[in-house]
Amino acid sequence: MRIGVPKELYAGEKRVATTPEVSEQLHKLGFSVAMEAGAGKLANYSDEAYREAGVEIMTDRAQLWADSDIILKVRAPAAYLDQNIDETALIQNKHTLISFIWPAQNKELMDKLASTGATVLAVDSVPRISRAQKMDGLSSMANIAGYRAVVEAAQHFGRFFTGQITAAGKIPPAKVLIIGAGVAGLSAIGAAKSMGAIVRAFDTRPEVKEQVESMDAEFLMLNFEEDGTGDGGYAKVMSEEFIKAEMDLFARQAMEVDIIITTALIPGKPAPELITEGMIESMKDGSVLVDLAAEQGGNCKLTEKDKVVVKHGVTIIGYTDLPSRLAAQSSQLYGTNLRHLLNDMCPEKDGNIIVDMEDEAVRGATVINKGEITWPPPAPKLSAMPKQAPKPESQKVEVPPEKKSGAMALLTTFIVGGIVLLGLGSVAPPEFMSHFTVFVLACFVGYMVIWNVSPSLHTPLMSVTNAISSIIVIGAIIQVSSTNKEIMYIAGFAIFITSINIVGGFAVTQRMLQMFRK
Amino acid sequence: MTLGIVTVSYIGASILFILALGGLSNQETARRGNLYGMLGMLIALLAAIFGVVSANYVILLGGMAIGGTIGLILARKVEMTQMPELVAILHSLVGLAAVLVGYANFLGHDASITGIDKTIHDVETYLGILIGAVTFSGSIIAFGKLSGKIGGKPLLLPGRHWMNLTLLILSLWLCFSFVEQSAMGEGLSPLVWMTVIALLFGIHMVMAIGGADMPVVVSMLNSYSGWAAAATGFMLNNDLLIVVGALVGSSGAILSYIMCRAMNRKFLSVIAGGFGTSEGSVVSGGSEQVGEVIAIEAEETAALLLESKEIMIIPGYGMAVAQAQHTVNEITKTLKDKNINVRFGIHPVAGRMPGHMNVLLAEAKVPYDIVFEMDEINEDFPNIDVSIVIGANDIVNPSAQDEPNSPIAGMPVLEVWKGKTTIVLKRSMASGYAGVDNPLFYKENTRMLFGDAKQSLDAVLKAITS
Repeated sequence: MRIGVPKELYAGEKRVATTPEVSEQLHKLGFSVAMEAGAGKLANYSDEAYREAGVEIMTDRAQLWADSDIILKVRAPAAYLDQNIDETALIQNKHTLISFIWPAQNKELMDKLASTGATVLAVDSVPRISRAQKMDGLSSMANIAGYRAVVEAAQHFGRFFTGQITAAGKIPPAKVLIIGAGVAGLSAIGAAKSMGAIVRAFDTRPEVKEQVESMDAEFLMLNFEEDGTGDGGYAKVMSEEFIKAEMDLFARQAMEVDIIITTALIPGKPAPELITEGMIESMKDGSVLVDLAAEQGGNCKLTEKDKVVVKHGVTIIGYTDLPSRLAAQSSQLYGTNLRHLLNDMCPEKDGNIIVDMEDEAVRGATVINKGEITWPPPAPKLSAMPKQAPKPESQKVEVPPEKKSGAMALLTTFIVGGIVLLGLGSVAPPEFMSHFTVFVLACFVGYMVIWNVSPSLHTPLMSVTNAISSIIVIGAIIQVSSTNKEIMYIAGFAIFITSINIVGGFAVTQRMLQMFRK
Repeated sequence: MTLGIVTVSYIGASILFILALGGLSNQETARRGNLYGMLGMLIALLAAIFGVVSANYVILLGGMAIGGTIGLILARKVEMTQMPELVAILHSLVGLAAVLVGYANFLGHDASITGIDKTIHDVETYLGILIGAVTFSGSIIAFGKLSGKIGGKPLLLPGRHWMNLTLLILSLWLCFSFVEQSAMGEGLSPLVWMTVIALLFGIHMVMAIGGADMPVVVSMLNSYSGWAAAATGFMLNNDLLIVVGALVGSSGAILSYIMCRAMNRKFLSVIAGGFGTSEGSVVSGGSEQVGEVIAIEAEETAALLLESKEIMIIPGYGMAVAQAQHTVNEITKTLKDKNINVRFGIHPVAGRMPGHMNVLLAEAKVPYDIVFEMDEINEDFPNIDVSIVIGANDIVNPSAQDEPNSPIAGMPVLEVWKGKTTIVLKRSMASGYAGVDNPLFYKENTRMLFGDAKQSLDAVLKAITS
């Protein structure tokens, strides 16, 4: 099948849906790839580079759409009246369109696409399951946005991120607060941390604490028990008391930190307001707020979409095109996500795709199947997050408290042992008892000595005890002088075999011990 | 030579033997300890030869010379992977010697002993032969199992517990009849019958025990050989034998205890044998395996290793079988040269006898200060980048901690899954000795490197060095 990649027309959109590297891999899957001339230019991929990768470059946009079976795009198709182009009109029923769609927000577009009879896969609807992570374009973009958010903040922040002690004085490190530790938040933590800042993070989902701490950032805790984990690994709306406690925390932090990056989003809802005007006022002059939720209204009321504004001495960045600002990187990741998706849909590797509605990943992404709207998909079966149900406490194997019964057993042993010894002592001759004393004492000496033996030397211990226990040879030596021939031969044989043991045991122990070297 | 000097020599020998065992507390003093042991043995032998022997020097010295030569050759030739077999066969010799000395003593009929002394003496003789015979046949079977001449699967006869009980009662009864007959100057036949029963018991006992319980068996037989010597010492009124027997006996007993604790099993249940069969039905019910194993190639493994800073290697019996310890050492050296911290984590029951893995690694010249016991390193796993599990299964099985129904529940295990990545070298997906599925293999951060451990590691080594 033929893949067509048109140029993105949205103003300021620099990304492109495939890169030379990815198109080579698409060839290996059996697809042929065609592109609109100049489609990768803004992401620094020249037409020449694509051509070398075996991509056909076409100048006629309408022809490109008409010739292709699969259309790969970044932005959802739209009408660009200023350029006199309507992408939705170019879609035919043979097309399979793969791009960001946002079906929940774009009802009208969905109906329009459905009316063409085409099949549409929305990259934003790929379910959040472990297997589909490699096709999750949202995560890729969020990762880039988080990184870029820190870069933008650094650009507008008047100081170092890292602390230094220089000849000219001490520089304190910048303090960064990151709200929302999703993919973007974690990426921002990593970027800010590697620039040397002190990073704190907050999230309503307690299970991300570990992830935050694994990146060496501090996880801010509320003295409040509520789990904000919603379906599919996203956050949910929290209760009022929780939000109040949370706002108190932010207010206190705002006075202290230099940079705040907010990434709080709840799917299908306007972004929650987390940073109030009062908090902005309380921030130090020159501080920076990067609002990654600007597209959905922003986590701060003062945020202006796609703009950088300065309010109360604080720079507020409301860019919504952060991934596009790292176009080469985001094109590469996005292209790879699409390739993984196509790889999944093309099991025979023969360049023909199958929309398999049994495949959970493909099912989730498919929002329109041959003109029929199949969105929303059934809830994902497996979350990428660990299931909550079995609490770790209950999983632990119970260690029964044996202490008491152990003491009882010990006491019983002592009593029984004492009685037996007394019984023995009352009948046995004194000579036996003196041997018995030696025996018992030797057992205790052995007990004390052996517990000190290093476990790594247990094998030499066995071989040396083996050699030593051949001291039984003494018994044979005593008997070998007997005039009784039978006894003499038996004793002789015993001497023979114990000698094997003595020499063999000591020699092999020595050999082993020689090997233990530092 | 007077009796006093002989006794003094025996005391000296006893002290030297205690020092020999004490020396094993760490590697630096261990070699000196072994020399003490040899010296003690030499003193004891000289005292015995010059003190009591009056005739038949040819047989005495000839036996010692031939036996000693054979022992020396054995010790020189044995492969370190065969140590468990060697130890087992040497145990059998001690057992046999105890039997022979017991018989010789019985045939000698010391007429000076009468009354209660006579009874005690007879019981001592009887016990010495009994323990010796069990040790002998048990060790022979253990040797067969360890060297692969006999299958490792436990042989479970129907009603085996009853059979053991019958044998025990029978030997008790024979003991009484022996003491009775011996008082009249006879008693050879009960003694022979008992010997046969003890031999059968030894065979049956070890046959019922499976391959991975071998560490317990070997240390138990070690203990028995000590008790046999102690019993002989009582019989001969010889304190040196008693002391040594008690030392060795308690040593083996402690080792058995350590091994049992490391498997979280009761000593009796190991001896009763048949591990994993009675609980067989619940094994599969415990957990549903979700997910699939992720295989990895040698080249990828090498790349992973080179990228990491902290590596932990967990060897198991599979490394011994594949003779991979030298390759492991080469890999360790190469990685250490690249400033990667490589350490070894040894589970107490890894391998087929206590300390087996340590000896193998020492043979391959892995320095012992990077080889750690389970308790020393189990806390460190969260900081480990890559753990390599070589031919081990049950000792890294997380269900020991997570699943109360698992047959190995409660057994202390190496918590490899807490590390960042785990690479498991395995021949196939067969389950471990305990017959328990290992959820470790299905974890997201586990990679399986299938194939013979030696070949896989050779390929990894090649990829690392190139």
